Amino acid sequence: MFFHRFIRLLTVIGLLTVSMISQAETTIVAVAANFTKPMTEIAELFEKKTGYSANLSFGASGKFVAQIENAAPFEVFLAADDKTTAKVAQDGFAVADSSFTYAIGKLVLWSATANLVDDKGEILSKGSFKHLALADPKLAPYGAAAVEVLKTKTLFDKLQPLFVQGENITQTYQFISTGNAELGFVALSQVINPDKSKIVNGSAWQVPENLYTPIKQNAVLLKKGEGNPAAPALIQFLKSPEAKAIISKYGYGLAN
Amino acid sequence: MLSAADIDALWLTLKVASLATFILLLLGTPLAWWLVRTRFRWKSVCNALVALPLVLPPSVLGFYLLVLMSPNGVVGQLTTKLGIGTLPFTFAGLVVSSVLYSLPFVVQPLQTAFTAIGDAPLEAAATLRANPLDTFFTVVMPLSRFGFLTAAILGFTHTVGEFGVVLMVGGNIPERTRVVSVQIYNHVEAMEYSQAHGLAGGLLVFSFLVLLLLYSTLKTNSVAPLK
Repeated sequence: MFFHRFIRLLTVIGLLTVSMISQAETTIVAVAANFTKPMTEIAELFEKKTGYSANLSFGASGKFVAQIENAAPFEVFLAADDKTTAKVAQDGFAVADSSFTYAIGKLVLWSATANLVDDKGEILSKGSFKHLALADPKLAPYGAAAVEVLKTKTLFDKLQPLFVQGENITQTYQFISTGNAELGFVALSQVINPDKSKIVNGSAWQVPENLYTPIKQNAVLLKKGEGNPAAPALIQFLKSPEAKAIISKYGYGLAN
Repeated sequence: MLSAADIDALWLTLKVASLATFILLLLGTPLAWWLVRTRFRWKSVCNALVALPLVLPPSVLGFYLLVLMSPNGVVGQLTTKLGIGTLPFTFAGLVVSSVLYSLPFVVQPLQTAFTAIGDAPLEAAATLRANPLDTFFTVVMPLSRFGFLTAAILGFTHTVGEFGVVLMVGGNIPERTRVVSVQIYNHVEAMEYSQAHGLAGGLLVFSFLVLLLLYSTLKTNSVAPLK
């Protein structure tokens, strides 16, 4: 009697283990905060098309590097730049040569107020505003790009006293959307309406791409993901035409 | 080891924390006294409101402050009308936010201390014809001196450690709103771990020493640091 119960218990445990193993075909992904919306959409499609699923964490790339190098369970890393992925690869946490550019970020000077920003960005030199928001140039590639634009236009020294810096591009957007800063530099993906493929709120100047170094956003397969087929499958899926369509719909450029 | 920017951040943090603690003691003392003595029907509501910053995530508090103090917000419209302008991204804004954020850390120890005094000393003072204000300064304050010490130290250290709120309303401006916790965070984000260690280690030692001082002073007294 006792033996039978014991066998039954073992069977249950065995079945549970098997079901847990089959669940392992979920991949855990670290995603740069600016790519939240497109990635959510891509992950849904990924699940539908491949049967694998993706578990997404959103945050700042620099923080993800610290976490990955301290044994975080991430298997794929979609960064906001190409420096953090290079660092992860250099420190031996990425699968060799798996890094590629999945999106190219575009910079926009945006205001929540209609008609404040003209479509040539001349407001920057006229300067009838008290605060200019941008992401911390030391931390965020969009912030560094904004500084580059201002330096090219020789407005940096004049406007620097008006800077308010968001810790990342999401916070910068918050400063502007709440009206605390009259205008500021954000990512096109944050203000674009993906269904209409244009900016519908406030006013904006889409900064010409020759004024700043392209904001290459790179993805990399991490060593933790090597054994999980879902991880390389997601990397492959990011390169598919379906994923690319979503990426460009949200206002990103594509490599090549 | 510390860069000029680190020193600026430390100095700014000390200024914000000292000013906030001073204001908190000024406002918190009458508030705590009132909360202890009043028979007001909605007393529990007031107590709950005072304790709210204890449980609210700082980013939530910071976000609401950012919205309220914006040019379209209630507080923002008021400050604009008063000719102060809007508070986010300013030193004043940081102090106001810190006062709200650290309020329970000052009010609660004072409440505990005031409650511990009881009615007897107050009645004794009254029979000697001391008016309420006299009683407060000559009886209540000396009797609750350890409560004041606790309140001041907890208010100060809690403000020094503030991060989420400042991040939301500060705008990370050197010498104006970039306090030490934000500076540490920036170092970590920029992967400058040795600079981060320098500042973070310093902050850790500082906080420990202050709390050690507090608890060794309180060891012989029954006043609990927090309710």
